This record gives sequence, structure tokens and C-alpha cells, in this order.
Amino acid sequence: MIKNRTAQGYLLNTLVIAALIVGFAILKNTFGKAGDFKLIFAPSIWQCCYLIILAASLNLTLGFLGQLSLGHCGFMAIGAYAAALLSLAAERAGIYEDKKGAAFILVLTGCILIAGILAAIVGLLVGVPALRLKGDYLAIITLGFGMIIVNIINNLPFAGQEGLALGSASSSLYKNGLGFGTTLKVTYIWVAIAVTLISLAMMFMFVRSKYGRAIRAIRDDEIAASASGINTSYYKVFTFAYSAFFAGVAGALYACANATLSTSSFAFANGGILNSTFVVVMVVLGGMGSLTGSVVAALIMFFVNYQIKNGVWVRALPVWLQNVFNFPMLVYAVILIIVIMFRPKGIFGTYELSLRNFISDIKHSRQLQLEQKQAKEEVRSNG
Amino acid sequence: MAETKRIPILETKKLGITFGGLVAVSDFNIQIYPGELVGLIGPNGAGKTTVFNLLTGVYKPTEGSVLLNGEVLNGKKTHQFVNAGIARTFQNIRLFRQMTVLENVLAAFTKDISYNMFDALFRTPKFWKTEKALHEKALDLLSIFHLEDKADSIASSLPYGQQRKLEITRALATNMKLLLLDEPAAGMNPTETAELLECINSIRNRFGIAILLIEHDMSLVMNICERIQVIDYGVTIAEGLPEEIAKNPKVIAAYLGE
Amino acid sequence: MSTFLQTLFVGLRLGSIYALVALGYTMVYGIIRLINFAHGDFIMVGGYTMIFTTPVMIALELPIWASVVFAILVCAIVGMSTELIAYRPVRKKGTSMSALITAIAVSLFLENLAQAIPQIGPNPKVANQIFSAGGIRIVDVTLDWTTMLTIGISVVVMVVLYQFTQKTRIGRAMRCVSEDKSASILMGINVNRTIVLTFAIGSGLAAIAALMYMAQYPKVYTTMGALLGLKAFVAAVLGGIGVIPGAMLGGFVIGLVESFTTSYVSSSMADTFVFLILIIVLILKPAGILGKNMGEKV
Repeated sequence: MIKNRTAQGYLLNTLVIAALIVGFAILKNTFGKAGDFKLIFAPSIWQCCYLIILAASLNLTLGFLGQLSLGHCGFMAIGAYAAALLSLAAERAGIYEDKKGAAFILVLTGCILIAGILAAIVGLLVGVPALRLKGDYLAIITLGFGMIIVNIINNLPFAGQEGLALGSASSSLYKNGLGFGTTLKVTYIWVAIAVTLISLAMMFMFVRSKYGRAIRAIRDDEIAASASGINTSYYKVFTFAYSAFFAGVAGALYACANATLSTSSFAFANGGILNSTFVVVMVVLGGMGSLTGSVVAALIMFFVNYQIKNGVWVRALPVWLQNVFNFPMLVYAVILIIVIMFRPKGIFGTYELSLRNFISDIKHSRQLQLEQKQAKEEVRSNG
Repeated sequence: MAETKRIPILETKKLGITFGGLVAVSDFNIQIYPGELVGLIGPNGAGKTTVFNLLTGVYKPTEGSVLLNGEVLNGKKTHQFVNAGIARTFQNIRLFRQMTVLENVLAAFTKDISYNMFDALFRTPKFWKTEKALHEKALDLLSIFHLEDKADSIASSLPYGQQRKLEITRALATNMKLLLLDEPAAGMNPTETAELLECINSIRNRFGIAILLIEHDMSLVMNICERIQVIDYGVTIAEGLPEEIAKNPKVIAAYLGE
Repeated sequence: MSTFLQTLFVGLRLGSIYALVALGYTMVYGIIRLINFAHGDFIMVGGYTMIFTTPVMIALELPIWASVVFAILVCAIVGMSTELIAYRPVRKKGTSMSALITAIAVSLFLENLAQAIPQIGPNPKVANQIFSAGGIRIVDVTLDWTTMLTIGISVVVMVVLYQFTQKTRIGRAMRCVSEDKSASILMGINVNRTIVLTFAIGSGLAAIAALMYMAQYPKVYTTMGALLGLKAFVAAVLGGIGVIPGAMLGGFVIGLVESFTTSYVSSSMADTFVFLILIIVLILKPAGILGKNMGEKV
């Protein structure tokens, strides 16, 4: 019985995703040459993709495992630098030229995978000691680890501030490595979308298995979980590393979407959009324990961020408000406080959006309406 | 039960724990044989729950040892105690509150699920087979306490009595040999209590497990327990058959206070 | 030798600033079990208050450091409002995690609000010299007045506060609330008022820390409290959170580690070492050096 319902769900989701991709391909071919798609939509999609992966992956630890990690962007930094440096090394070794052909796609896939694996390994190393602590202490220790990671990258001779952010290596990331220009972003947009879909699918499969049940049990009551035979430390560390893996993958996409890398963008809190706090905002907004919620929240936050920075309507606002919008984190902080005050578990809570449920709900409500109508008519005819 | 020399399923030897100089439990010895229903009673604050915490690895004993089927469990973690075959419930109910009733039971199967990450990610036949079998098994367990209709409700939405029952069901799902129940009847009225104790008895017969039951209300356990051990201030003051315990002057003194 | 002495002085001075800030964290954490991420930003609030009140001081021909009185007032008000507007409603409804997330949000809010206010803006502001220059020469190193005053004030504040929590009625109420809230209510303690008062005192300390910070680095900017606050929190955890002498000890340890790493290893690795020490201590003794272990009741 479960299998049938699940199979229906899979089929439905696959169909809808396929339809979206076809629709998207038509859109792309129609506007592909025009400026808007190339200059606005394609880069936006890249950004959305890594934000979605980032938010969903943090949700694994924050929403499902119930442990607040404030160093998530540290893992993203590892992924970004690993992917960038690997691609540069591959280019120097002559594996690919001109960022095209099968060899490049192979390198690209390899980079994304290795970025994830490296981040997962570091996640494991951080998780083993850190996850012995809980709550506030875990938050502060992960924050510390995040800063240490960024600090170490800064001090690496080949990756630090002199390495990729400034100077020759930086321009070569754009020229020879993963850093895509607008044209390449359009060419390889399917990579971003495919990686995001696969990552999401992997997270869903994880959550909807014994692993997901075990970590939600730990979130609800750690003592009861271990008294039910769940090896809590194993599942905690495993989830932490698994979540770090996807942060690393998101980092690799980030390295693709940007011409330069700078460690300051991965710090705990900065004016930019990409920091561990912003990711927390997305997860909380979407709902701690709802992956689909994270996806929606990432898209909303991207849209808000984009509108605040580029929206035409902003210029029509009073000057002081425009001034406020120059500091988007101010807006996000207010959003975060309001959401947590009125919906402590986020907008979706632990509810997952599901097409199957949606359709069956519609069917159900229509049937209900029909029945009510019939009942009314019966009453009328009787009366 | 055979009358030949039986091997205890659980045995403790001179078990004790002190918290910063305060002796909570000392020289605690108990043997529980397969299929037995033993009561552990004592006035409030006598150290009953501490004994449970020692028997499940929540606290590490400062002296003595816990043996399950002859295997020493000292220094192991709680989940390893469960793997060895000791499951428990809690005095103040601890459910996975945000999960459904069914998931609460399924979560307790975790240690016995053999599929790995690969099976989960690629939804292999093994995955489906295991999940399907577990669903059925979980519903079956839930039917003991007539909870199968509530399978999809969120655990915290259940009324108090059903939450207690769910907690026992979850403990049963760990496939244990010894079940520790910490005041299962707390907060229940006499009718509910009688019904619950009935159920506990039937569980024992159906699964052939041993049960150790904590109660501070003596009259409750008198009817169903085969043996009773009484502790006060962390020390065993009496043990024996219910009727012996009821007459024991030490026990009466501990309960009435002197 | 001279490098060593110099480094020691710098470490002690830095440590006493950390200790004061750590005290604010420790007091709030002790009473409501919340890392008040915004505490570091209270330092920034104090710093700007002093910058804006300095002209008043000059006009009244008072010493510049006297503007700290205003800073203490403003910080106390900001601290109390944070508790009343943000923390209390969330604490009533949500989990400890939502409270922590709120704290992070308040911190972000304060930092970015300051930047959005035109009179403050994102660029640093230079402060007037607060204490007179000069000092005493020890061997071949100058121990300047600023350093001596910083350490001195810090120690005095610490001792006064310790006596306050031990000897006064309000201090005892604070310790009661941090031990057991519901029992405190039964004992007739107004828990909410005690918490607000703790916020006021803790935030006031942040203003004093701001004075000492500006005495050394005469510059104020909106994110000045972020890293400073974080390291002070590390100091509080290191010494044992909720313990006043612990904050002092932790502060000095962190200050010394930072100054010695800076002068003997590398300045860019200083923060890494600070956090490494935190990690090691948390793993070996999660309650901190002077803290008590508290297990969860089953």
C-alpha cells in the first residue's frame, strides 16, 4: 500500500519536473539570445540553485536533527575552494581546454563531487568533537570551527587572500577554471539544475528512511532515542557530515557562478547575502524540518534580495526606506525576528509540500462540494 | 518455568552510584529470570529511578556491575544496553513528540534495520521490503494497546493514557528481553490502572519477556508481581513474595515513616 | 624580555576588556540560559553614545571619560528593551533554539540598523583620546596609563559585582532565578524584573568595556562588537559560564593567548588559536575551567 502511494508520488513529481524542464528549454530557446535571459535569468538561476542546496542541507542539521550549526558556510567555503583549485589544476594538466567538450564536463562533475566529499570529511572531523555538545555550546563551537576553516583557507599559500581573491589566480579562475561568464552560465545551466535536483532527491531519500526517523527522534528527545536503541552519536555525526557534503556541493556551484572567490564572503555574518546567518534565516523562514519549505524560502529570499537591490519600485520609496534597503541584512533580521516570534517552527513547520497530497486534497474537496451540493438539492427537493 | 537451576537474564552485583559524595544507590543486587514480573518499590526518593538509569546506562555506576545474560554491560552506552536487550519507559513520558505514532514505533526498529545508505538513496527492493515489513510489524504492535487507528496522529496529540501506552509499545519494538517500566500507572485512575496492568501481564505472556516494574504504590503491584524488592535510601530493605513483603515490618516502617 | 613584557601587558589589557564583556554574557546566560549574541553590539552602542556625547563633555569642561555615564544609561536601556521586546516573547513561546536564533537576529539588526542611520553609517568614526598619555617605565618597556587604568577598572568592577551578587538582596535574587525560576517565584522573587535588571547591569558593563576599548583603539564602527563579543563569549565559556570569577579568568586567558600568538606566531592566526582553545576546553571540560557540570535529569 505504501509502495503504491509512493510510486504515484514519484511519478507525479518526475512528470512535473520533466514538464518544468521542457517549459524551461522552450523559454530558454525563445529568449536565449536576448539579453534578459543571459544577463538576469541565468545568473539568478545559478544563485537560486546554490542557495536552495545550502538551505536544504542546513535544514538537515537544524530542522531534522535539531542542532544549530553556525559554521555551515565554512563547509561551503571548503567546497568552493576545492572545486576552484581542482579545476585550475586540471586545466594546467591539460585535461581540458576552452571549458567545453566531454573532458570539461567530466572535470566539472569531478570537481563538484570532490568538493562535496572534502567538505563531508571536514564535517566528520568537526562533527566528532563538536556534536558531543548541545544547544548553545554546539552553536558557538561550530561558529568557531567555521571561523577557523575560513582562517586556514586565508593562510594557505595557494588559496588565501593573495591566491584566489586577488592577483593572477583569480583572473585565471574566470579564464581557465570554473568561474563561468554569462555565456557559459547559459550553456551549463543544466548542470546547476541537475545538481540541485539530484541533491534534493538525495536529501529527501535520506530523510524518508531509517536515517530520517532516527535523527528526528534525536531532535524530539535524545535520551528517549538512545533508550530506543538509536546510536545517537553515530547518527548525529553522520547527518552533520552528510549535510556538510551538500554545503560543499553548493560551494562548488558558487565557484562556478562567480569569477572570483574571497573568503570574506563565507564569514559568519557580513553585509552580503552569503553567510551562515542568512542560511539560518532561510531555514527558519521555510520551516525547521521541511525540505520543500527550505526550497520555497530560498527562492523567496533570493527574490526579496534581488528586488531590494534591483527593483524599480525601490526608487519610488521614501529616502530613509531606500537607505534601509541598502542594508538588506537589516530587513532579514526583522523578518527573522517576526517569523520566530509568531511561528517558532517556521512558516511551513515540518509540513512538506507534496503534489500528490495537493491533488488528492483538491479531489477530496471537490467530492465534498459535490456531496454538499447533492445534500442541498435533496433537502430542496424534499422541502 | 522449569524447576531446574535457572540462569538469570539480568543480574547486578553490588551496584552503586554516588553523586559528589551523596550515596544514591548502594549494594544493589537483583536477579531477574526469564519470564518473571518483578516489582521494585519504595517510597518517593528511594532511588528507584536511579536504579533504572543504572540498568540502562544513562548513569555510569561508581561500583559494581550489571550483567545481562552473563555479559557485563558496564561502561556501555544506553543504546548498547538496548541492543543487549534492556528497554525502558520513563516516569515522565518521553515520546518523539513531533513524530507520528507509527513513526515513534518505527524509530525504535532503527537498530535492527539492515539496509544501508545505498539502499535508502536508490530505493532498492531490499529497502521497500524492509520498510513494508516494518510497517506491518509496527501496526501489529500498536494493536496491542488498540493504537492502530491513531497511527498517523502526532504523538503529542494523544491523550495522556495513550501516550503511556505508546511509550510501552515503542519499548516493545526494540525487541528486548527485559522491559523496565517506570511507574507506568502514574496519573491514571484505578480503572485505567487495572486495565494497564492487565495489558502488561498479557504482553509478558505473549512475548515471553521479563519485566521489572517500578511503583511507589504498594497495593498496585501486589496483585501482579511474582517477586518484589523494596528499596529505601538506595538500600534494599526487603525482598521476597508479595505476601511476605506486605507483612515485613521494615517495609511498613519505611512506608509509614517512623 | 622587552617583547615578552610588552606582550604580557597587551595581553592583560586585552584580557580585562574581554573579562568585562564576558561578565555581561555570563550574567545573562546564568539567568536565562541564552547566549545574548547582541551583547557585543551593546559595546558598539556604548561606543557611539560616547562619540556623540563627547562634545557635550567638552562644552561642560568635564573629562571625556565621563561620557561613559551616558553610554551606561543608553546601553542599559537598549539591553532592557531587547529583553522586553524580543527575548521575553520568544522565551515564552519557543524553544531554547528559537531564543538563540532571535539573539542572532537582534545582533544583526543592531549592526545593520546602525549602518542605516545616516549619522552613523558604515565608515569608522575616530574617537578623542580618553586617558592622558604617558606611563611608567618598567625595565625598558612603558606601562602606560591606559593599560593600568583598563586593568584596574576591570578588576574593581569585577570585585564590586561579585560582592553585589553575594551580599545584596537583588544579587541574591539573581542567583536564585538562575538556579531555579519556579522556586524563585514561590519565594516571592519577581523573576521578570530580576531578569530585566540583569540585562541592565550586563549591558552597562558593555558600556564600560566600550570606554576601555576606545581608550586603546580610538575608533568606533558598527561591527566593532561582533568579533570582540564572540571572543568575550569564548572567554566566558572557557572560565565556566555563569561564574563571575570564571569570566575574569577566561578573559585574561583569551587576552594572553591572543597577544602571545600575535607577537610570537602570526597575527592572522590569533583568532584560530583562540577558538582552538575553546574547542579543546569544551571537549575536555564542557562546563569550563571553574564551572560545574550539569547533567540532564532523566
